[in-house]
Amino acid sequence: MTDLHFTDDRADSTEIEAVAAAIGNETVVVVDTERLIRGGTERRHQSRHLLLPALHALQRAKGWITPGGLNHVADVLQVPPAEAYGVATFYEMFRTVDPGHSESVTHVCVDAACQIAGSDTLGDELAAKGTAVHRSPCLGQCERAPARFVQGVGTPDEVPADSEPLVFHQQGDPSLRLLKRIGVVDPGSLDSYRSNGGYVALDRAIEMGAAAVLDAVADSGLSGRGGAAFPTGVKWRAVAAEEGCPKHVVANCDESEPGTFKDRVVMENDPFSIIESLTIAGFATSAENGWIYIRGEYPLAAARLEAAIDQARNAGLLGPDAAGSGHTFDIEIRRGAGAYICGEETALFASIEGFRGEPRSKPPFPTTHGLFGQPTAINNPETLLNVLDIVALGADEYRSRGTEKSPGTKLLCLSGRVANPGLYEVEFGTSLGQVLELAGGLTGSSELRAVLLGGAAGSFVGPESLGLPLTLEDTRNLGTTLGSGVVMAFTTDVDMTPVLIRIAEFFRNESCGQCVPCRIGTQRQHETLVQVGRIGSITADRRQLVDDMARAMADASICGLGHTASSAVSSALALGLIGGTT
Amino acid sequence: MTSSQTSVSLSIDGNQVQVPEGTTIHKACESAEINTPTLCWAENLTPVNVCRVCVVEVEGNRTLVPSCARPAEEGMVVHTDSERVRHSRRMVLEFLGSGVDLDQATPLHEWIVRYDADITRYDQPELPAAVIDEPIKIQDDLYIRDYNRCVLCYKCVEACGDDAQHTFAIAVAGRGFDARISTEYDVELPESACVYCGNCIGVCPTGAIQFKTEFDLRLAGDWRPDQQEITRTVCSYCGVGCNLEIHTQDGRIVKATSPADHSVTSGHLCVKGRFGWTYVQPST
Ligand SMILES: Cc1cc2nc3c(=O)[nH]c(=O)nc-3n(C[C@H](O)[C@H](O)[C@H](O)COP(=O)(O)O)c2cc1C
Ligand code: SF4
Ligand code: SF4
Ligand code: SF4
Ligand code: FES
Ligand code: FES
Repeated sequence: MTDLHFTDDRADSTEIEAVAAAIGNETVVVVDTERLIRGGTERRHQSRHLLLPALHALQRAKGWITPGGLNHVADVLQVPPAEAYGVATFYEMFRTVDPGHSESVTHVCVDAACQIAGSDTLGDELAAKGTAVHRSPCLGQCERAPARFVQGVGTPDEVPADSEPLVFHQQGDPSLRLLKRIGVVDPGSLDSYRSNGGYVALDRAIEMGAAAVLDAVADSGLSGRGGAAFPTGVKWRAVAAEEGCPKHVVANCDESEPGTFKDRVVMENDPFSIIESLTIAGFATSAENGWIYIRGEYPLAAARLEAAIDQARNAGLLGPDAAGSGHTFDIEIRRGAGAYICGEETALFASIEGFRGEPRSKPPFPTTHGLFGQPTAINNPETLLNVLDIVALGADEYRSRGTEKSPGTKLLCLSGRVANPGLYEVEFGTSLGQVLELAGGLTGSSELRAVLLGGAAGSFVGPESLGLPLTLEDTRNLGTTLGSGVVMAFTTDVDMTPVLIRIAEFFRNESCGQCVPCRIGTQRQHETLVQVGRIGSITADRRQLVDDMARAMADASICGLGHTASSAVSSALALGLIGGTT
Repeated sequence: MTSSQTSVSLSIDGNQVQVPEGTTIHKACESAEINTPTLCWAENLTPVNVCRVCVVEVEGNRTLVPSCARPAEEGMVVHTDSERVRHSRRMVLEFLGSGVDLDQATPLHEWIVRYDADITRYDQPELPAAVIDEPIKIQDDLYIRDYNRCVLCYKCVEACGDDAQHTFAIAVAGRGFDARISTEYDVELPESACVYCGNCIGVCPTGAIQFKTEFDLRLAGDWRPDQQEITRTVCSYCGVGCNLEIHTQDGRIVKATSPADHSVTSGHLCVKGRFGWTYVQPST
């Protein structure tokens, strides 16, 4: 007996089988006498984390989530249908309206790097040929602009460019740390990983013991590479100090910041490094549960990680007494379904738990109240990658590169008007100009107009900043950020107005909608920029409005999305990239 | 508050205030007689802190904090009327006013004046500010939903869900500016899980969900709250003892509510107490 109420729509056998294949035949048995109130509510929350995988299965089966399919999943997992619908409508990759066909859908990226590489035309051409086209935010393939991703119906998702050989311009460079195995190691082979230095760090970590690993990470000065630059040692120690309940470590592979593709390149080409470093994180913090949350548009990365986890588990590197550490540790993968906000750590937890990807208020912080309300260390994969070198080399040797306040190296995603767009590893302190040279210099008019640093949530800098040393401290002093490592170049031949309108639209589309300053502020900011585009300049009262909105979004929003939603626009106005000269 | 360990002392707008540990900044402000606007907060619901109209400045915090949810801490220095606070409150009210019909959201009117919010400056030549624009949902004789008035405060969702009713008939669907309160696939209420307890009506601060009786009277231009009488009584249907407030206009019942601070109901009722009064008077 259940308290849930369903409409008459029923799933068909395709849907029922697809769901069973995705989440097993696990159902929540609600005992006759048990009311959902209290006991029941608790119980069904235990399987609710299967909601997202189940919705993926429905979407894949039919090309949309039918009312019958949703009812079936809601019944199996004992989730109220209205809530399941609320979750389904949260994600870009899920359809809740019958598209009227069952063909795969080609997502064409319309964000900046692809926009200036003609993605609009590509979308139109594909549509003219009868392809079902969906205009998508950044697909994390900015070096391949204009980028595409094909969402299958009854078939696996695929990225057309994945069938092409890897392009990596620094391959074989002996100074590489984080990327040394890219293009060298066979991503499908644990043996190949081992013969390229793999699992040396985990062995070393076990030898040192958890406390020494925590010390090394703290001493290294490593800070988070996911955008906020929080000291990793502090985070890990906080989780290690929590006792008496299950704990989690999470690799945040949602990577949806426009202009960012670094994590994808690493996951696809060196997947074991993420598994090894996440295992070290689990060992150091004494967390038994590892999670990799990977954006839905990265099918190859997900497949390679899945295969690597299987191999590691078979080799005893995961599971009970993982790698002979005496510590139990295993990893589960979760695929996102198209939502930039799910990269925000607390939204990511909500997404895994089967709720809408709405951020939670902090405090309390994830180190005490993270995934399932339990202590959690969540890190960007690039952050984790650094730990391998810190443990293997020791903190001192690690600090021999980079600057005092920004030790080590940084992954940068070069895109836009550069000759060799792609992923690069540079020492902190390398200047912006040197980085552009590293990527082969400028194309287009060859005359630099601006560089977008840190992604849509970052800001624009002008040609006068070519000498800027790329460190956390120097970018902060200039009022900009390295963020997720985006360096997107725009030359004088690019019309910046559509670029800025699109950035504003990105935030408008990606806001979770929870809080008023961001939900309505991003909409009004977009409208205002559309108007600036129409009249070709910005009036004094519109300028005032933009500033007023920016301050309120930065001050009163719940999460980082709202806090940074106006930063690129404000910097573009200050540099005179749009709205006429100021 | 019994011992010094269970109380914290903080400064609010220069006044030293002492409150029990766990008290929110908002409650602490109240105890210092500082009036702070709230919209998504309610005594009988878990704070969701989404509207951000209650934000205050806490020294040492990079951004403003929601006073309705953040507990007061020892030594906090709080400003509730700084330029930053006034600016954000003003913008929240402007944003709401620019997209939502606030005619019936009476408490907001006073704040719009207090914070000098100009809700008209978002319309641009040939580009009016986007609004929700959904037809009013009239799907039964008991209550209506007009989401053009909805500020997405989540109160109805909470009342229908974990905080009171445990029916989960409505939830937030969609994302960003397109987020809406909805049943699954927007099916009509009678098809949904709704049990017509009316608890969503009871908590809605904007009139987005309202009794059909009230809606009809408003439509006829005959809704006169200042001429209505409220009679307190106890619901006669069962032995639980829910307090009812029967609102009458010209001697006719126009709606039933329950006080939010009533120990039995916390303001929540069931379909019988909420709507089961038609037998008292012939239908019109
Ligand atoms: C809107 C938004 C999106 C984010 N997306 C990501 C992401 O895709 N990957 C990531 O590692 N961090 C992302 N973050 C930052 C995370 O919240 C979190 O700070 C990070 O995962 C912590 O890891 P780190 O300390 O290793 O950087 C995002 C933050 C916000 C506000
Ligand atoms: S700032 Fe934006 S994304 Fe973040 S919680 Fe608020 S509405 Fe959601
Ligand atoms: S009347 Fe009751 S059951 Fe129906 S939607 Fe409102 S709160 Fe939920
Ligand atoms: S309908 Fe009313 S209670 Fe529900 S979210 Fe909208 S304004 Fe709040
Ligand atoms: S893939 Fe197009 S901008 Fe990133
Ligand atoms: S009342 Fe505090 S955020 Fe709404």
